[in-house]
Amino acid sequence: MNFFKESLLQLLGRAPSKPKADDFTPAVKQIHFYKRGEKVSLEEIRAEHMGHHSHKWRNRRWATLVIVNLLFVVSYYFDVQLLEGALTASRFVGFHMADLNSALQVMLAFKHVVLNLLIGTVTIFILWLLLGGRSFCSWVCPYHLLAEFAEKIHLWLVQRKLIKNHEFHRGVRTAFYVIFALLALATGYTVFETISPTGILSRAIIYGATLALGWVAFLLLFEIFVSQRAWCRYVCPIGMTYGVVGLFSPLRVVYNVESCKHEGECRKVCLVPHVLDPVIKGRATDVNVPIGADCTRCGLCIDTCPTGSLRYEFKGLNKVL
Amino acid sequence: MSDDQHDSDKTAAKTEPPVVNRRKQQERRLVLRSLMLAAGVIGVSAMGYIPVARSWNPRLRPPGALEESEFLASCIKCGQCVQVCPVEAIKLADIMDGFGVGVPYVDARAQACDFSCDGLQCILACPTGALSHSLNYPAEIRMGFARLDRPDLCLAMLGKGFQGKIRGPEFDGLFRYSEIDRWKPQRVHDQEFDLEVCDLCVRHCPIEIRIAQCEAGEPPSGDVNQCPPRHAIELQAEDRGDGRMRMRPVVLDGCVGCGACEMVCPTEPAAIVIDIESTVERV
Repeated sequence: MNFFKESLLQLLGRAPSKPKADDFTPAVKQIHFYKRGEKVSLEEIRAEHMGHHSHKWRNRRWATLVIVNLLFVVSYYFDVQLLEGALTASRFVGFHMADLNSALQVMLAFKHVVLNLLIGTVTIFILWLLLGGRSFCSWVCPYHLLAEFAEKIHLWLVQRKLIKNHEFHRGVRTAFYVIFALLALATGYTVFETISPTGILSRAIIYGATLALGWVAFLLLFEIFVSQRAWCRYVCPIGMTYGVVGLFSPLRVVYNVESCKHEGECRKVCLVPHVLDPVIKGRATDVNVPIGADCTRCGLCIDTCPTGSLRYEFKGLNKVL
Repeated sequence: MSDDQHDSDKTAAKTEPPVVNRRKQQERRLVLRSLMLAAGVIGVSAMGYIPVARSWNPRLRPPGALEESEFLASCIKCGQCVQVCPVEAIKLADIMDGFGVGVPYVDARAQACDFSCDGLQCILACPTGALSHSLNYPAEIRMGFARLDRPDLCLAMLGKGFQGKIRGPEFDGLFRYSEIDRWKPQRVHDQEFDLEVCDLCVRHCPIEIRIAQCEAGEPPSGDVNQCPPRHAIELQAEDRGDGRMRMRPVVLDGCVGCGACEMVCPTEPAAIVIDIESTVERV
């Protein structure tokens, strides 16, 4: 229960809370105790990372993202009824699927739900409940991929001290979520869909380039020059919706404290580093700690970890994975 | 900024050394910045209302579309209707339509709906009911209503015939001529016509085509329910006493507003157009 509460509060924008003394299990207390006496030198950590270069999950993820989006294109151009529509709503070999946030916007604006939309919404809910919730973001959303490249440029510029990163309060995403929901309800227009880069990009990929891509380009420039991954971190209500789904998902990243050197490389590559708070020395409350709902299950932390302290887990099916 | 000024004035007045709580200052900046972000993003999204409110781009919506504001509310912008249309009549609007971005429309002059799918595929494809599932047959549709906009250009009104090909070579509108091929849409411009009096609008009217098929005992898809109950357009003789045989295309109450007449009208601009706001009930 405690995990759910903490996970949800972090999703809504609160900073991770430091665990209290009686939150720790005896086993992890012992590990923390021994680690306190253990000195890890910088050389040791460097050596670990030198010998470890993996892009396994990133490559699998990029391949998945490209294939899913290409499936839409192929289905349209060759008129095979495999995956018709766009990311906002589609039909997979005839079965309705509706993006949860788009469906919510339509339901709030239209105030009427037809059966097909309900079927599509429930299907997608179950799908992403099984697949990790925000895994939609990193494994499917085309904007995520572009934002990853923009982030690389941003970090390069920051490293050269040419620009500074401007952070925002993460709670602003919750505000956006509420405001966009209220706007849809009050105005009767799906206001968020107008500026959703996910919808704009998905339609542009399938139906051809539009002027709306200018807005996407603006967002990417903003992320390059002003604020790292601003849209995904501070704005996108789609991520928020799937985050709530991910709260109950059995598929998640789990952190094992035993062989972790606490150098924090995983937090540097993470889109949502607050979820990796348990990897900070002395923060893990158990030997194995599941990572919170805001995690997009992108696997960059797993790739970057030389000690194998982070891994995917499907709750209840540990041995299979 | 003015707040900072105000604070420093206060501390100066008390003649105490200025104490700057950097952490608090940073937090306040963070919150301010976040508020600016919120205002910016909401502001940009709200701008989408301008094209809708001022109806910059009045659009002919696909068959079965709900009333415009309901249509904008219910459309999930997925384009499944675009994908199923056999004559590719449906397009998705761009950002200049504001809240209507990604919402489907028909540009009748470029490519009209010809209802040759019989089953109203776009309606069946719509996942949200933005294209109303309660409609089953083309004759029930009300997209708009045709109107003879430029009688002075209309060839029939001038008593002229039509020879050759419709519109310029750059015109690539499609039409399923069932006498040529029931399933393969043909390029309208590739067809040769030799008409004593131009009646292209009448002979391309999907409702009139259906009525003719029904009268010949071959209703579309073999379904008598497909037979339209009322005519949509006919040529009526008009005598102005100048000895010329003039024919006026008169739009009748069976018109569904598909835009086929506007697409095939050989004059520039089209003599007959679709009024988006009007349907037979409203005329």
